Amino acid sequence: MSVVTTASGPSGRAKRASMPDGTVMSKGGRVGRMVVNVAAGASLLYLFLPIFVIVAFSFNQPKGKFNAVWQNFTFQNWMHPFADSALVDALLLSLKIALLASAIATVLGTFVAIALVRYRFRASSFVNFLVVIPLTAPEIVLGASLLTLFLEPHLITFNHQFALGFGTILIAHIMFCVSYVAMTVKARIRGFDWSLEDAAMDLGANPTRTFMRVTLPLITPGIFAAFLLSFALSIDDFIITYFVSGPSTTTFPVRIFGQSRVATPPQINVLASMILFGSIAVMAIGSWLGQRRARRLGI
Amino acid sequence: MIERDDQGRKVARRAPWFLLGPGLLFLVAFFFFPLYTLGRMALSSRPSRFANPVFDWQWSNFNSAFSRYGGQFTRSFLYAALATVLALVIAYPLAYVIAFRGGRFKNALLGLVVVPFFTNFLIRTLAWKTILGDQGSVVGFFRSMGVLSSSGTLLRTPLAVIGGLTYNFLPFMVLPIYVALEKIDPRLVDAARDLYSNTWRAFRKVVFPLSLPGVFAGSLLVFIPAAGDFVNAYYLGNSQTSMIGNVVQNQFLVQVDYPVAAALSFVFMAIVMVIVIAYARVLGTEDIA
Repeated sequence: MSVVTTASGPSGRAKRASMPDGTVMSKGGRVGRMVVNVAAGASLLYLFLPIFVIVAFSFNQPKGKFNAVWQNFTFQNWMHPFADSALVDALLLSLKIALLASAIATVLGTFVAIALVRYRFRASSFVNFLVVIPLTAPEIVLGASLLTLFLEPHLITFNHQFALGFGTILIAHIMFCVSYVAMTVKARIRGFDWSLEDAAMDLGANPTRTFMRVTLPLITPGIFAAFLLSFALSIDDFIITYFVSGPSTTTFPVRIFGQSRVATPPQINVLASMILFGSIAVMAIGSWLGQRRARRLGI
Repeated sequence: MIERDDQGRKVARRAPWFLLGPGLLFLVAFFFFPLYTLGRMALSSRPSRFANPVFDWQWSNFNSAFSRYGGQFTRSFLYAALATVLALVIAYPLAYVIAFRGGRFKNALLGLVVVPFFTNFLIRTLAWKTILGDQGSVVGFFRSMGVLSSSGTLLRTPLAVIGGLTYNFLPFMVLPIYVALEKIDPRLVDAARDLYSNTWRAFRKVVFPLSLPGVFAGSLLVFIPAAGDFVNAYYLGNSQTSMIGNVVQNQFLVQVDYPVAAALSFVFMAIVMVIVIAYARVLGTEDIA
């Protein structure tokens, strides 16, 4: 789209050699350009400063229990990344909850998104409002309100009182992911050509077959993006989880927070660096696959 | 044939509700209903520390929430507002350069913005604690430059808390602004230039106003979590910089004074909602999502 407009843009632009943002290469313009570029570079540096520190301190050999002051370089922490078994258990629990919560939230949220985009119905703007509202609630309120729900049995929870732990964390994570999924998928399928469904039906496909063979493959990239977002939100969540986790169920962030008063073992940095590099790899592979898919489809 | 058509239409009318049902029920049960239980808790009284709270329209919880923790309320909103402004100043040039000058590196640059946030929120904040620590090189540099006195510190100051808040929610500012800038038709800027506007003027009159929806969305996405955060104040601040999140957390999970804690969170949410709506009115942007 943008390529086309640039190519067919007014011919005067080429003569003036203006940049896409309209900067003309005059002397003043060049200085302004540089200032903005330097500011952007500084912002990126600011974003990465703590990341450099996290990775660097995974090679630190701390004196005492806190990995906060640089002492000596060592490979020891990377040789024994799983030395803190409680931390590893917490990380595994976080992964398990993130997988489950984002899978369930993706299904629930995608259905909501399809309903909102695909169908015209009277209450649709009200439903949209209901789905957006949780996104504007501060996390601390979400955590606090869920805790008050879990304290007592209620009719709406079938008079069942929840014991704080795995189940309550899972519920909380699904809850805050559903709206994100619904909004992400909604944005991605807004331009979808729904007459393709009619075409499939006209050719004799039943609704289920139409959904599985036509609709789903087309909206899969959006759903996948929503799943990844949910996963990232869930595995990173601390505030809400802290309220509903109870004393004996500890996710990775809750473990770090609880321990940080007593000790910060360098294994925290090792595991964090592993997650970081793993995510970068997943992102790179994802974008490579996306490009390949786009090439194959000729987009 | 007609009968089948009727049936089809009926199914079509019900179809959205079948799709919406599970998700909406979940939100009602675990988002909207808990707000009711929170409100009920805020109006309960607690006979003793170990007794269960009893619902009895105890409005005094709200009074004590305000009178005891007014300072924390003010501080939360002040810090969050400052962090939002700082985030805007830091994020805008970055989003601008990615959107207009990114070229074929656009996606890679966007990836770079997100990458730091693949490490956990707490670990990032702990890293800032290390960076700003009294034995760190940043403090040493500022001391040698005379910006800080020889015993001056950065950690445990309001500055550190605001800096942490700015940092931790920065991508929420960059991404919406990028999306808004990306949508701008470059020919509009050309038109402004053809009408003899210089670059700065074209930016002020064309680009910036068109990016306002992104600025608006980004500001909310930074302000709301920043105001409710307690981790930055816990790690980077001192007892004089505690925010409303610290109080709610402490009252709920340490003091176990559920009614006052519930009243606090309820008031906090109400204030956030009022600010969000007022902000939407002023900027004239009605659609938040």
